[in-house]
Amino acid sequence: MNFDFSDEQKQMRDAARQSLAEKCPPKAVREVLDGKATHDKALWAGLAEMGFLGVAIPEEFGGAGAGHLELCVIAEEMGRALAPVRFSSTVYLAAEALLLAGSDAQKQKWLPKIAAGEAIGTLALFEGKGNPAPQGIKLQASGGTLNGVKKPVPDGAIADFAVVAARTGSTRRDADISLSLVDLKAGGVEARALTNIDPTHGQAELTFKNAKAEPLGAAGEGWGILTQVLDRAAVLMAFEQLGGSDRALEMGRDYALDRIAFGRPIGSFQAVKHILADMYVSATLARSNCYYSAWALSTNAADFPEAAAAARISATQAFQHCSKNNIQVHGGMGFTWESDCHIYYRRANATAVALGSLSYWERQLIDRMRKKNAA
Amino acid sequence: MNFDDTPQEAAFRAEARAWIAANAPKQYEEELRKSSLGGTVLKNVNILEVAKAWQKKKADAGWACLHWPKEYGGRGSSSIECVIWQQEEGPFGKLSGMFFIGHGMCGPTIMAFAGEAEKKKYLPPLASGEKVWCQLFSEPAGGSDIAGLRTRAEKRGDNWIINGQKIWTSGAHYSDYGILLTRTDPAVAKHKGLTMFFLDMKSPGVEIRPIKQASGASDFNEVYFADVTIPDSQRLGAVNDGWNVSLTTLMNERMSIGAGVSTGFPELFDFCNSLMLEDGPAIQDRSVRSRLANYAVKASGLKYTSMRAISALSNGERPGPENSIGKLVLGAMLQDIASYAMDLEGAAGALTSADEEIVNGQFQQMLLTSPSMRIAGGTDEILRNIIAERVLGLPGDIRVDKDVPFNKIPTKGR
Repeated sequence: MNFDFSDEQKQMRDAARQSLAEKCPPKAVREVLDGKATHDKALWAGLAEMGFLGVAIPEEFGGAGAGHLELCVIAEEMGRALAPVRFSSTVYLAAEALLLAGSDAQKQKWLPKIAAGEAIGTLALFEGKGNPAPQGIKLQASGGTLNGVKKPVPDGAIADFAVVAARTGSTRRDADISLSLVDLKAGGVEARALTNIDPTHGQAELTFKNAKAEPLGAAGEGWGILTQVLDRAAVLMAFEQLGGSDRALEMGRDYALDRIAFGRPIGSFQAVKHILADMYVSATLARSNCYYSAWALSTNAADFPEAAAAARISATQAFQHCSKNNIQVHGGMGFTWESDCHIYYRRANATAVALGSLSYWERQLIDRMRKKNAA
Repeated sequence: MNFDDTPQEAAFRAEARAWIAANAPKQYEEELRKSSLGGTVLKNVNILEVAKAWQKKKADAGWACLHWPKEYGGRGSSSIECVIWQQEEGPFGKLSGMFFIGHGMCGPTIMAFAGEAEKKKYLPPLASGEKVWCQLFSEPAGGSDIAGLRTRAEKRGDNWIINGQKIWTSGAHYSDYGILLTRTDPAVAKHKGLTMFFLDMKSPGVEIRPIKQASGASDFNEVYFADVTIPDSQRLGAVNDGWNVSLTTLMNERMSIGAGVSTGFPELFDFCNSLMLEDGPAIQDRSVRSRLANYAVKASGLKYTSMRAISALSNGERPGPENSIGKLVLGAMLQDIASYAMDLEGAAGALTSADEEIVNGQFQQMLLTSPSMRIAGGTDEILRNIIAERVLGLPGDIRVDKDVPFNKIPTKGR
């Protein structure tokens, strides 16, 4: 047993942190935040060059073939740097769906492009308010075409292709849902950008009008695949949230050391210390849950679904807790546009509801624990 | 990263499992499994005797204090093997409660600071549970501010004469030995005039009075010292270096309290799985699931945090202040879980009669005992200070008594 990343993985983390510090300074994040760019194209190219986009993609499909532990390491650094790029939609959702269910031809078509930074992918799942559930999917698939509306779709306005959850039967059952793969540039899909609380990550509405689609995975197996994609993405997103939590904690700590009030650093007051100590506690619990889920993902352990839900809940809580209290420690300065505190706060609360909100994952966790206990 | 056993670890696990299956006191397994904080009680038998018998049996077969060196009664095991043992010992591990302080705190202190002859003499019977130890630190004038203690030790020839009073001493009434922090020089700043000893609790002049706790039980005591003699050979560390010695003890304390106590979550999960509410099974209720999920991720977070700490230990790092989080999270969680379980039972949640077999009164016991978890071994507030100052590097509080000779520090507020 060994409950830590290997030395090689830690070196990879250090290298990722260093290059993100150079290639993704706060100024680059601000360009996107202020609407001057939809995403950081230079950074995206840099990530491809460093091999980060294809870390978990096998070599035969143009990736580095390293694995999910390595991808977790990179995800944490992306979250720490608030990287304004399409990493989560393309790598956690689209690439994982292809890896899980794609045919050889589908993998050959898209995965090398993802690894090279030449294609942005996404998952079109939601149709308005509500958490993931088969009955929430109304978009129709028939005769190789799709009709319906999806929103919100992460990075939908700039994506090149999408994995789309569609209805192929009329009941609430899982078997009536199938997945499709759609080339968004081939016509039949209209994209409309939506504003959201985190402008560094775009959201869109996609309207499908007789859009050409090919099946991804077997018909009627869409819900099962989707659940697995969400579980995998939950772990990767949890690491991103963990990186954000740690950075928010560091910002709060640094400010408490520098800021003088009543003749002493505010970090010497217990009221402030205890806020920061509690941030450390939530980030530490999240880190431990994340590590276990990363291992369970990389080894396809029997309790992976349970571990994924636990990591997702824990990291969501930690990032929300750390980002809001980072603002509190900063006082009025933390509530200015100029300070970076609000970007973490925005990211924390946007990632908290992406992939299904806490109530979805709480339910998943308890159901899965019961299933394990019954077995 | 690998949460699975290596072949070597798997072999160790198999050996431990087989030995436990053949030797554990199976007749108490069910009762132990159901008991939780404040409720580890066996009906019709004296739990202390059962605990001592199990500990002795383990020691005779080389399964006691696994990480201690063999010559001191341990097994010389790695930290990982200790975790495996804990996992395998399962509910029988709850019998180790009375040895917690001795094995977790006194033992490591003796090992670090006593002479070789003393270690050989005192550690093996401590490991085997034949001798029980307690820790005499807290005083009426020094709880969180432990360095404010006033019990005096004065040198007389080759001996020290002890006068004063300790309080909150867990298990003093059944202990054979104790480690004792005293003041040897009141004319210097408070941290600089302390010295650590160990002593025989049956020494003349030692008087133990039980404290009736808020929970109704009496687990801890006041201990009075009237001209008690301790030979200089029982001094631990240098004269006036007791503060540094105590840091070793306290760090081990936080580590062991955090690692050893159950979170209360498995009990709550089982309870909710079988409970019917007015409108259906509790487990189907959205708010119940939400609360359970919150506790679940804290419990798993703590479990994997302690495993990560063990990995750090096996890579040669010392137990650090990070380990303070275990007890900080646990204390509040136990208290919260207890009141939540009672909430789900409605008005009957207040009942503790023996015929309330639905939960055996375990959450009610947990409720009444849990306040102590947030105080003993460092209050929640002290633990937050430790995390803030020693992990996050925030400045220490302003300490107005820091450079003042101890005997010049005010003793009254108003």
